[in-house]
Amino acid sequence: MPAIPALASRLLTVASWLASPHTPDDYLGLIDPLLGARCPVGRVTAVTPETPDAATLTIRPGRGWSGHIAGQYLPIGVEMDGVWHWRTYSLTSVPGRRDGLLTITVKAAPGGTASPQLAHRTPPGTVLRLGPAQGDFVLPGRLPPRMLWVTAGSGITPVMGMLRTLVLRPPPHPHVVLVHSAPTARDSIFRSELDAARQRLAWLDYRERHTRHDGRLAPQDLERLCPDWRERETWACGPAALLDVVERHWRREKPARRLHVERFRLTPVLPRIREAASRSPVVFTRTGTEVAADPASPLLVVGESAGVPMRYGCRRGICFGCLTPLRYGRVRDLRTGELHQGSGQLIQTCVSAAAGPLALDA
Amino acid sequence: MTVTPPARVETDLDEEFGEELDRIRSEVIAARGTEDAHYIRTVIATQRRLEAGGRIALAVSLFPPAWAAGTAMLSVAKILENMELGHNILHGQWDWMGDPAIHSATWEWDFLTPAQAWKHTHNHLHHTWTNVVGRDRDLGYVVFRMSGDQRWLPRHAVQPLYNIVLAPLFEWGIALYDLEPDAVAAGRKTWRSLAADLTGFLGKAARQLAKDYALFPLLAGPSFLPCLLGNLTANTVRNLWAHTIIFCGHFPGEVRTFTEDSVEGETRGEWYLRQIQGSANIEGGPLFHVLSGNLSHQIEHHAFPDLPSNRYAEIAPRVRELCEKYGIPYITGPLWRQYGSTWGRILRFSLPSVRTIS
Repeated sequence: MPAIPALASRLLTVASWLASPHTPDDYLGLIDPLLGARCPVGRVTAVTPETPDAATLTIRPGRGWSGHIAGQYLPIGVEMDGVWHWRTYSLTSVPGRRDGLLTITVKAAPGGTASPQLAHRTPPGTVLRLGPAQGDFVLPGRLPPRMLWVTAGSGITPVMGMLRTLVLRPPPHPHVVLVHSAPTARDSIFRSELDAARQRLAWLDYRERHTRHDGRLAPQDLERLCPDWRERETWACGPAALLDVVERHWRREKPARRLHVERFRLTPVLPRIREAASRSPVVFTRTGTEVAADPASPLLVVGESAGVPMRYGCRRGICFGCLTPLRYGRVRDLRTGELHQGSGQLIQTCVSAAAGPLALDA
Repeated sequence: MTVTPPARVETDLDEEFGEELDRIRSEVIAARGTEDAHYIRTVIATQRRLEAGGRIALAVSLFPPAWAAGTAMLSVAKILENMELGHNILHGQWDWMGDPAIHSATWEWDFLTPAQAWKHTHNHLHHTWTNVVGRDRDLGYVVFRMSGDQRWLPRHAVQPLYNIVLAPLFEWGIALYDLEPDAVAAGRKTWRSLAADLTGFLGKAARQLAKDYALFPLLAGPSFLPCLLGNLTANTVRNLWAHTIIFCGHFPGEVRTFTEDSVEGETRGEWYLRQIQGSANIEGGPLFHVLSGNLSHQIEHHAFPDLPSNRYAEIAPRVRELCEKYGIPYITGPLWRQYGSTWGRILRFSLPSVRTIS
């Protein structure tokens, strides 16, 4: 049997020479986008509403998908008006499902760009780009005897992936307390499934809190809802306000057990230099250089005068020879005033200036 | 014929002209969307289907109709790949889609010269210094004399011959040109960086040559020889076509050249003026425009090198109207006329000329 994969890989090598300068994938992708592995994609097979503003997307991943661990999140690329927008969503499906399908649950953010499109306007058959599953907020291989999950809003999603995975594991199961907050019962994603699970599973203690009525979860509430919280390995996921409270409380009480926290939005590390309001701190991450840039100077010039080796070209926005990935922050196109942001976006440093603190991969 | 100095409009008009062109540019940028993305993906799919079809037909090309069909499909595929896809994607025209598979930073093309080297000489040097004698190496590709502002040397007497040899071997010419051996001779480029560029070129060329002249013919078995000839024909057709379109976009008779002094401290409006006066369009139908990579709209391409190519046709009438309004020549004509005119220029400047105006 091992002769076959060896042969297949040799055939692919030959095929890559034949397809040069492209790859065999580029041709396979013409037959079905799911056959291409270079830019992995998935096709939406079903969209199931969960709450008025959240829906579960069932996705059949293509050849390039390499699996995940329960609790991980998935970068999703969705095309809108010809432009690919990337967002990350927690996987709520059990890893390695027999039907090979994945699920994510998307909550439409009010005023959002990509999430309302995904939750409300994604017909089955839509092809989405898939990034590799990421994150270390996962169900551990060796399970602790007692666990505590603290979630709020769509923070329930990674925990749902973990719970569904635990259900399928052979006993003994760890004892799990899940404390979940949602504004009202109506907004509580997976409510009926969790209620049913609580009644069926002796090892699951599901506590729902409705913040519009009961107020936000405070550390003293936790004492009441889960008196042995100090002895439990804890996973917390939700809005920054909740996670800040949890982290502070755990630090203060110094419980022996580990705390795992998943933040949906990373808080960027801001440069240390702070100058006049009109100048913005800029970090060049490769060289570690930090300088202050004014809003009218091209970042290429800013970098060069600080001694950073920068890619350059025509210096007037024509040749794209200076494209540099933005790590975080915002830049303003000096020609159009257009703002560009988003980690990993390639910007033309010769015609872009700082619009606030930022970091460049240079 | 003599080279005339660039037409300068009065300063305020020049500013106004620049603003009008900037307005066209921002309108196109605001309008880019789903249809444009659909367009480029359709061209990519068409090109790949034609290439696959051509390769399959050439695999059984002992059968003469298969040879003809295969060679035709492969020729068109290579033309599309170079002109509408490679040239335009490498200009960053499609970077706005945020698609890593269709991006100037990742795209590689079926041409001997590596994309990286070409982006430097073409996007950077040529598009920045369009038709500035002494700065734009594309003005005659180092070996030709295309302007009265260039000094006549005895070797220019045989430049019609260079052109006949260059056309079918265009990709080799471009690859050598992109190595910038003349810059090494002039001391503007180090031997070390020439060696690095040469390594990149040899690696790329080995794959391209192996594919067309060894692997596919070998796979064709008994059709080895006709397959190899088909591939050679397709590459030659592509080279002749690319050479024709590029020369006709830059060298028909009235296209202006500029001196370094004339571009010093150039305003945005003057920059547009130079791009427009330094280029020439070729008239034709929609299919002709696609096959030329929309470089038949060379004037619009030079004014807006990073706008999606499928938009040039719709903005061309507006650019032309503006030129008429401001009394700026807009050089255009059918292919046969531009081709004849380009040859006229090659022949004219092969002889020493008296410079009447400097």
